[in-house]
Amino acid sequence: MSGASMALSRRRIGAMVSRYWYLLRSSWPRILDLIYWPAVQMLMWGFLQTYISQNAGYFAQAGGVFIGAVLLWDILFRGQLGFSISFLEEMYARNLGNLMMSPLRPVEFVAALMIMSLIRLAIGMVPVSLLAIAFFGFNVWGLGLALAAFFVNLILTSWAIGIFVSGLLLRNGMGAESMAWTIMFLFLPLTCVYYPVTVLPEWLQWLAWSLPPTYVFEGMRALLIGQVFRADLMLQAFALNVVLFAAASVAFLKLLDSARVHGSLLQSSE
Amino acid sequence: MHATTPAISVERLVKIYNGATAVDDISFGLPQGSITGLLGGNGAGKTTTIATIMGLVTPTSGTVKVLGLDMPRQRYQVLHRMNFESPYVDMPMRLTVRQNLVVFARIYGVADVAGRVAQLAEDLELTALLDRPTGKLSAGQKTRVSLAKSLLNWPEVLLLDEPTASLDPDTADWVRGRLQRFCRERGATMLLASHNMTEVERLCERVIMMKRGVIVDDDTPARLLARYGRQTLEEVFLDIARGRGEAREAAQ
Repeated sequence: MSGASMALSRRRIGAMVSRYWYLLRSSWPRILDLIYWPAVQMLMWGFLQTYISQNAGYFAQAGGVFIGAVLLWDILFRGQLGFSISFLEEMYARNLGNLMMSPLRPVEFVAALMIMSLIRLAIGMVPVSLLAIAFFGFNVWGLGLALAAFFVNLILTSWAIGIFVSGLLLRNGMGAESMAWTIMFLFLPLTCVYYPVTVLPEWLQWLAWSLPPTYVFEGMRALLIGQVFRADLMLQAFALNVVLFAAASVAFLKLLDSARVHGSLLQSSE
Repeated sequence: MHATTPAISVERLVKIYNGATAVDDISFGLPQGSITGLLGGNGAGKTTTIATIMGLVTPTSGTVKVLGLDMPRQRYQVLHRMNFESPYVDMPMRLTVRQNLVVFARIYGVADVAGRVAQLAEDLELTALLDRPTGKLSAGQKTRVSLAKSLLNWPEVLLLDEPTASLDPDTADWVRGRLQRFCRERGATMLLASHNMTEVERLCERVIMMKRGVIVDDDTPARLLARYGRQTLEEVFLDIARGRGEAREAAQ
C-alpha cells in the first residue's frame, strides 16, 4: 500500500462516522439491540453469582468476578460486533461499491469502523454497567485505571478481529457473514473468561496465553479476588495486541488486494 | 497534465478470472471531453473494463491510466476527480437523500457541501425529496439521487454502467439530457456502458463494440451505420452479436 493510500483525512472519517450514526439513530431496534443482550447476560450471571456466593465461601470472597467477567467479555465481543456490523451494513445496503470506488482510503474506512465500535459499545455498556450497580452493587467504574488497562487491551483485540473478518468479507462476500457473528465465541473458552487458565489442560494453556484477552481476564481475577493489579499481565497483553493488530491489518490489505484480483468487489453478495 | 493526455488510456488490457478470460488484450484511448459508448452483450467484458478503469479490479496484464495516472496503483491520486453511477450499487436506504449526498460530498472533498447538495437537488429536481429516506423513493427518483451522487465532485471523468436501466422512457430521456448538459458545460469525459442503443446514438460521438472480451469495432455511430449498411445501432449491435459482422468481413 502506497503512502498516499495511508494518508488520513479526518473529513472522510467523519463522513463515514456520520453515515453510521444517521443509520443508528434512524432505527430504534438497532439501538435496543445494543443494550438488551448485555443487560440480560449481566443479570443472569449476577443472580447466579449471588446464589453461589451464598453457598460457597470462596465465591463469597470473590464478589463481582462473574459480573466483571461478563462486562469485560461484552467489551471484547461487542467491540468486534460493533465493528463488523457497521461493515456488514455496507454490504446489506449494496453500498460497498460506492465506497470502494470513492477516494475513501482503507485506513480511513477502518478508522471510522473503530470509532463506531466505540460509540455502539458506549450505548450498550454504560447503561448495563449502571444496572450492575443498581442490582448487585458491582461498580465496574470503581476499578479506575485497571479498567482503562482492561478496556484498551480488549478493544484492541476486538478491532484486530473485526479488521480480519472485514477482509474475509471483502474477499469472500456474504459467504463469510457467519464469521462476523461467531468468530469471537472461539475466544470464549480459550481466553478463560469465567475460570482461571489453570483449569485448562496443560497443552491448551500455551494457546490461551497466546491470546491477549486471557491476560485481561486473569488480571481481573487477580484484582477482584487477590486485590492486586497485575501491570505485568497488561503489558504482555498490550505487546500481543500490537502484534495481533499489525497481523490483522496486513491480512486485511492482502485480502483487499486479492478481492481486486479476483473481482470480488464487483459482486459482494453470497 | 497536458490537454493532449487522454482522459482514459487502456493499453493491452487482459483480465482473467480463475482461467476464464473476461477481457482479452484490448486497447483504446478517450480524449478529454469526449462521450463514448461501450457496447456489447452480456459477458462481453464491459463491466470488467469499467471496474478496472475505476481501480476496483486489478488487471492480469496491461495498463489502465486515468488522467495520466496508473490504475489501480495511483487510484487515490485520481479517484476524487472521477465518479460513477451503476445499477449494481445502491445508496444506503435508511438514510435520507440529503444525508447520503452530504456523506458522499464529504468523502469526495467537496468544499461547500450544503451549497453543492442544494444546487444538485435543484438541477435534478430533488429538492422536495431531500429529507425523505432514499429507500422510499421510486426507481426513477433513486436513479436521480445516484446521478446526483455521481456529479457531486464535478467529475472530470464520469463512468456510467447502464445509467437508465429500469427507467421509463420519459425519465431516461430526462437523465440523458442532464448528463449531456453536464459534459458539455464542464468538458467532462464520459464512458457509458449500455444496452440501450437509443441512448448511445443520442449521447455518444464514438462507440466501442465488445464481444467475448475483445473489441470488435470502434468508430463513430455514423461510420458504423455506413460500414454495416444499417439504419440503427441496434441493427449493428445484432449483426455483431450474431456474428454477421465477422461473416461480412470474411466475405470482403
